[in-house]
Amino acid sequence: MMAVLISLTAGALVAAAAYLLTGRRLLHLILGAALLTHGVNLAVFASGSIHPDGVPIAPAGATSMPTGIADPLPQALVLTAIVIGFGVLAFLLALSYRVQRSANSDDIDIIAKQGNHA
Amino acid sequence: MIRSPIISTTLSWLSPVLITVALFLLLRGHHEPGGGFAGGLIAGLVVILEGSTRGVARARQILRLPPRLWMALGLGAALASGLPGLLSGQAFMTAAWFSIGTLKLGTPLLFDLGVFALVTGVTASLALPLMEDEP
Amino acid sequence: MNALVVSPILLPLLGAVLALAWRNSPASQARIALWTSAGVIVIGISLLAALGGHGLAITQLGGWPVPAGIALVSDGLSAALVTIAGLMIFTAVAYRRLSLRESDPGHCFHPLLLALLGGVCGAFLTADLFNLFVWFEVILISSFALLAMEGRSQQIRASVSYVLLNLIASALFLIGLGLVYGKAGTLAMADVGLIYQQASAAGNGGSLDLAFALLLVAFAIKAGAFPLYAWLPASYHTPSHAVSAVFAGLLTKVGVYALIRLTTQVAPGADWIREVLVVIGMLTMLMGVLGAACQSEVRRILSYHIISQIGYLIAGIAIGGPTAIAAVVFYLIHHIVVKTNLFLVGGIIDRHRGATLSRAAGLASWTLLTIAFLVPALSLAGIPPLSGFAAKLGIIHAAAGAERYGIVAVALITGLLTLYSMIKIYIAAFWTPPERVVRHRFGLIRTSPMLGLAALTVVMGLAAGPVANWSQSVGTLIHNVDAYRRLAQVETQIAEPTPPHDALVRSQP
Repeated sequence: MMAVLISLTAGALVAAAAYLLTGRRLLHLILGAALLTHGVNLAVFASGSIHPDGVPIAPAGATSMPTGIADPLPQALVLTAIVIGFGVLAFLLALSYRVQRSANSDDIDIIAKQGNHA
Repeated sequence: MIRSPIISTTLSWLSPVLITVALFLLLRGHHEPGGGFAGGLIAGLVVILEGSTRGVARARQILRLPPRLWMALGLGAALASGLPGLLSGQAFMTAAWFSIGTLKLGTPLLFDLGVFALVTGVTASLALPLMEDEP
Repeated sequence: MNALVVSPILLPLLGAVLALAWRNSPASQARIALWTSAGVIVIGISLLAALGGHGLAITQLGGWPVPAGIALVSDGLSAALVTIAGLMIFTAVAYRRLSLRESDPGHCFHPLLLALLGGVCGAFLTADLFNLFVWFEVILISSFALLAMEGRSQQIRASVSYVLLNLIASALFLIGLGLVYGKAGTLAMADVGLIYQQASAAGNGGSLDLAFALLLVAFAIKAGAFPLYAWLPASYHTPSHAVSAVFAGLLTKVGVYALIRLTTQVAPGADWIREVLVVIGMLTMLMGVLGAACQSEVRRILSYHIISQIGYLIAGIAIGGPTAIAAVVFYLIHHIVVKTNLFLVGGIIDRHRGATLSRAAGLASWTLLTIAFLVPALSLAGIPPLSGFAAKLGIIHAAAGAERYGIVAVALITGLLTLYSMIKIYIAAFWTPPERVVRHRFGLIRTSPMLGLAALTVVMGLAAGPVANWSQSVGTLIHNVDAYRRLAQVETQIAEPTPPHDALVRSQP
């Protein structure tokens, strides 16, 4: 049940991102990129089995992995991906701000035209 | 810059609280959810808040060191945390532990500290120039 | 051996930290960059000497055994590429100081260049798919920053499209990784390969095939393959000259390297990938070389030639088998050296004569620079006895051996058109008499970075026999997935007697 919900949410996020990424405004592109990374992160998260009841930490003194808990590896992967996504998005935001300032517009068609004249 | 006495006054006590939360998250990450990244983000948030309400100069003053030095220190600490393992002939990043009484400290904490400084530095170095750019 | 495998990553990152700390002195930053990249070259050569064509070395980060942990594995190919990557960064830093005589590149230039080197070395050494993703992102973030660093509006525009396209590629890569992990339960390359072999033998490799398709698209974008190469000619001519030379040499090749690992180790025996790559390879060759033919700006012409060369590499990967992969390995090394060299000379032309060919003229009076251009240009076109001849011959020979005559035909046509482009640049920029008298002098020291790389092409061409023997054994080794798998297991038994999953318990000290 949980897995279905998460998969559907990931799908919805990626679909929204695909729509935004086809837009003409820089802001839409950035929002699209942000939603895309979140959707993908959720998809990876769903690839480890999802057990809402137990945390994936073995109790002290255990000699083998307890059963019935989520796989911690995808969670570690997602955490890494979130960090990376944060860095890239922050950078993209700073860049777009500069573009918007220099072109005085956030319509990519207008920006591209100015680029051809320069 | 947002000139608002309300935000400015609130921040004068909120910032220390936020920094404490950031440090709490950093240390909590040792055994429980939290860690250097979450802590560093909150510290970066303080820098952004101060910069956008009380001026970039104030934000730089809170940081004390230039953001790039924060990044260098953070990356350096994170890399250095891998060296004890390497130098003792084990694999790079092998954790080394020592204890003071019941408190166990180790290289993973150094790694987390490094991440904390790195994230704070990156956030500040991306956000502060943009704020200075503003008319 | 343990330390030797991890140090090509560690050293540049430490160098980046040092260079960041010395941010007020560009001269000491450049010195740090030179020493660090020289260190990477030395480490790479000693790895290469220790491993030869048959050897393998492994280190498991943090002592965590595969499949829970991440392993760095070096074979001959990784060691050679690490060496070459170090050499390219070394040359670029030296070129900026000696040839362009630019004074202050901004205090982030050298740290970013070293971070890029660390990322590239990481990508070449890792044996784990997720770790490969992380290194891709390290490369990407440092290259964005290098691209946008000077802040000219043209550069910033180029980097926005570059960032967005690469972000989509990363997203596809990550979804692919999620699917691979969900299905195979591991991300160690050789383990995935083994599980895929078992699954497809049992007739249910389908879901892994889907994941590999996503990885294929992601790697193809990074490599600049048809039809996903549009970002490359749109951005490679905008950054500063030293940076675009490094990009030209190294960045797309990381994508090609990932494709090599994908077809040989992660998805061994997945014939459909190779069938797709045959078509992509041929179209990439043609589109690249035709695109170059209708450009008139030096760095744009050279950018399109990167694409056509990527086509050769992809065609070689598509043919598959030890002989073809050996040819690809040879070609890869040849291509990095030659392409960087051409971009370095292109930077000089651009600097002293302007970007477009119609304005560039009369460079032939600089004899040394002419040599530094002609050697790699002819090598790129595949004229004997330079390294490009042996490289192209290897690919064409492998294609003929596999009865892929389409590839043979396209490769020959592309070679001819490459020669046409190179002659076009030569006639316009070097032969045409100048409108005004040349004032600058290009002596031995100023051209030495370019002449050094040109000498390497000649040596590789003359020593093609031994190099080809070496790459033949590397090509054979790469196909031996079991050797890579056993490597991790043997090491695990020595370092860690407990079975892999129990080791997770240790995370509580």
